[in-house]
Formats: sequence, C-alpha cells, structure tokens
Amino acid sequence: MRELRIHGRGGQGSVTAAELIAVAAFEGGVYAQAFPAFGVERRGAPVQAFVRFNDHTIRLRSQVYEPDYIIVQDSTLIRDVNVFLGVKPGGIVIVNSGKKVDASVPAGVKLITIDATSIALEVLGLPITNTTLMGAFAAASGEIKFSALENALRHRFPGELAEKNIRAAKKAYEIVKGDA
Amino acid sequence: MLEITEGSHAVAKAVKMSRPQVIAAYPITPQTHIVETLADMVADCELDAEYITVESEFSALSACLGASAAGSRTYSATTSQGLALMFEVCFNVSGMRLPVVMTIANRALGAPLSIWNDQQDSISLRDCGWLQFYAEDNQEATDLHYIAYKVAENPEVLLPAFVCFDGFILSHTYEPVDMLTQEDVDRFLPPYKPVQKLDADDPISMGMYATPDYYLEFRYEHDQAMKRAKNAISKAGKEFGEMFGRDYSALVEGYRVEDAETAIIAIGSLCGTVKDAIDEMRTAGKKVGLLKIRCFRPFPADEIRDALSHVKRVAVLDKNISVGAKGAVAIEVRDALYGKTMPVLGYVLGLGGRDVRISDIKNIVSLAESGKGDQFYGLRTEVL
Repeated sequence: MRELRIHGRGGQGSVTAAELIAVAAFEGGVYAQAFPAFGVERRGAPVQAFVRFNDHTIRLRSQVYEPDYIIVQDSTLIRDVNVFLGVKPGGIVIVNSGKKVDASVPAGVKLITIDATSIALEVLGLPITNTTLMGAFAAASGEIKFSALENALRHRFPGELAEKNIRAAKKAYEIVKGDA
Repeated sequence: MLEITEGSHAVAKAVKMSRPQVIAAYPITPQTHIVETLADMVADCELDAEYITVESEFSALSACLGASAAGSRTYSATTSQGLALMFEVCFNVSGMRLPVVMTIANRALGAPLSIWNDQQDSISLRDCGWLQFYAEDNQEATDLHYIAYKVAENPEVLLPAFVCFDGFILSHTYEPVDMLTQEDVDRFLPPYKPVQKLDADDPISMGMYATPDYYLEFRYEHDQAMKRAKNAISKAGKEFGEMFGRDYSALVEGYRVEDAETAIIAIGSLCGTVKDAIDEMRTAGKKVGLLKIRCFRPFPADEIRDALSHVKRVAVLDKNISVGAKGAVAIEVRDALYGKTMPVLGYVLGLGGRDVRISDIKNIVSLAESGKGDQFYGLRTEVL
C-alpha cells in the first residue's frame, strides 16, 4: 500500500485534490481511499488530506503518518507544520514554490519544487494550485495516468473550467516529466 | 456496479433507491452532504419525494413522525447536537411504532464543541427504542439502509432504525462502493404497506394517553418487538446475501476469533483498523481476534456469548463514555458474559476525533494481557 499526504490551507482545494487523485487511481484499477483531516473549517487554516493506494480493499482508517508521497500546496506551511514528518525513504515530496525551498528533506527523499501558483495564475487566473499539483503528482509518482486525471477533472468541473484545469495540470505534468 | 464515491453520496444514493416518500432534515456537520444531495435529487425530479425544509432537528423528526403515521416511507439524517435535540421525538416515534429510518453520521457531543467523530450521540440514545446498526465501511453503510427499511417495516417489528456511520471517517471518505441498481433495490424492498395509518375516512388515534393500567404493557410490547427484530434482521440479511452476495444475517461478525485467546470487541469504522492490527499480531504469533457488533439494538447478548465462550480475555473498545460508569458497550458485553470467568476489560478511546492507529490496538491488547483495563486509552500525560 502507498500513501499520500497533502498539506494545504483551507480554500486551496486539498480535499478536492485528494478526492480526484483517488478517482483517477480507481480508473486505473487501483483500490483507492481519500479522506480529509480538517483543523478548523475556515479559509487559511492548515488542512491535511490523505490518499491510500492499494491492490485490494483498504480497511485501515487511521490518518497517514508515514507517507510515500507528500504534496505541500503552500510553502509558508513549512514554517508552522513539520510537513515532511514520517516520509518514507525513497519517498517523493512536491512543494509549490517559486523559490528554492528553505528546508531540508530527510535523506533518500526526492524533493520536487514547482511554481504551481504562477502556473495557476497564468492558466486559471486564480492562485488555486490543487489541480496543477495533481499534474505534478501524476508525473512524479506514476500512481495515476494523466488521461485518468483528465477524466476525473471533466467529471468534477463543467466545460471550460475543466479544460482550464486540465491545461494547468498538463503544464506541471510536462515540467516534472521533463526534469525527470 | 463498483464506483468510487464519497460515503455521504453513496448513502444518499441508497436512500434515493429506497424510495422514501417524505424526507425532513436539518443540515449539520458531518451529515450535511447527505441531505444536500437528497435535496438536489428532489429538486431535479430524480427522486419523487416530499422534501420538507424545517427550522430544527426537533421539527425534522416531528415531520417524519407525522408523515410516517400517515403511511409514508420516511427518512431523516442527523448527528450529535441534532440528535440530542430530537431526544423527545425519538421516544415518540418508536413508542408509536413508526418505521422511520435515520442516518446518524456519528459525532461527539458538546461541550466542549467538537465536530469530529465518536459514537456518543447514538450510543447515548440506546434506550430510546430504535434499532441501531453500525457500519464498518461505506459498503456496509449503503447496504444497511436497505436492510434497515426492510426490518423496520416488517409487521413483526414496526420500529424505527438508526443507520450509524462514523462522521468524517466514513461520511467524507471516497472509496469504492458496489452500488445496487434501482431494479435490485425494488426486488429486495417493496413499497411500504402500513398496518395502520392516519386516515380521515377511517379515523384512529395514535400516540394516545396511557394510564398506569396500560403503560407497562406498551413498554413490554415495545421490548418484545425489539426482540423479534433479531429474527427479522437475520432473515432480511440472509435474503440480501442471496440476492447480492453480501450476507448481513449476523448481528455480530467474527474476524479470526474462532481460535483467539484475546477477543477485541468494536463497533463501526474502527473494526477495519482492528482487522489490520490483528493480521500483524497474528503474524507475530499472537492469537487475537475481533468480534464486530454490527447491530447494537437489539443487543446481541446471546450471539456474543456464543462467539466468545472460548476466549481468555475480552477487550472492548468504546468511542463513548457513560460518565461515572464505563463505556456503554463494555458494560453490556460484561452483562452478556455474566457467569463466565474471563476478564472483560473496557477501553474508552477515540473521543472527539482522536485518531486510533494500529499501534494503539496493539498497545490495548498488551494492556489486556496484563489485566489492565477499564480505563481511558491515549490520554495526554498532563491530565494524569
């Protein structure tokens, strides 16, 4: 079983990202489970969301403490929350940042930084980075196919909004693929 | 068909396919997604039901009471403070023998305010005369709604039912669920035929005054109906299994408990985590098993006694506390095992959304093995 932990702030769409990643994984024949851990239900408050991927039914209901993958939607969280806590050796951490991340990840963990905010602003016109980071996750982890992510986005969002989000995700997907 | 969806949406779909005629509910976290989805379904003409918007949970269940008395299949959903506000109406619905089905997205009760999961809400209403089912996962959460209607409306039973599933832990979780089709559900659950109903052309009184000459007998009949529900559940659960492959005939369900030395008893979503913990402990050579209580009312005392007569000790996990006594499940399990010699040890845990991990289950088994129990588990040290 592989596990993903997403760190974000209320309003950034971390829970939606977890749900859509699970939907995309399920399309690929994986048994997936996605769930949120709210702090206080308001914009700006730290939020976590989790996804598990497995080849059979998932019974475990606890939160994710030793993730294989971490997505950090807002690099300012790094100051307040130990976002890298428990990450497994060989794990992948994706941080949304336009600058070099001022924190060290544990040894053996791959750190990917991507300026998802700039991509989202350019493509969506809004600094909402969840779908952009989903593209980066698809490329970095291989857990979900990009075509499945497209289907999940089209199922969730109407018309042009879905297409815009797909373009943002695709941009991040190609940047991360290109770096690999 | 297997689809991946949020627990609340899966429950709303199951409710829709159960063809309720009247829905009355008041939104409250973490139940909200269920009733929002149902309201959409009614507004979009996907569900031919009367959706009554109300100003409180008290009114929601009162509206269901009236609609059910008039012969409709009715539905509501709530949690926590909302259920607490329904307390009075809950007793009226069950005392009038009205088969209302209500989903409880289990949540802690204030104060202090908490939106997170435990089972204090429905467990606190254990004496209100409703059937109580608890789901381990979202598959069970959906299937138990069909079973609940079938049992509640059985003329041998005629009692309302709570279908409980853990708030957030299940209600907000996306996972694969095998959804039945409308045709499937119609085959299993025919339209509700009330034994008697309020009818202007053939008037009767319901919920009337009972003098001391008769009140005791009403309560006896209520209790007898609850006892008859055991057979009705087994029958409906078996029929469901024959039709769709998932058998819910047992009120309790064992997992690796047949040769266990330590039996864990749990309710709801905790059972999944316990099963994973048991597999790890078994690999390490410990003979541990689980007895899951799927139906808490009627209480399966005989079934627990039969399933656990061989074990050396029983560890009961309670996501509730009867303050000043113990966790409610531990109290009742100990009663079920009266006369047996094995220790029955209770652990109150996971209150107000405190996460429960595999390591916690292992620690509890170690505590039970050393005879330590009847305690809170996982407290911060500063309160000790």
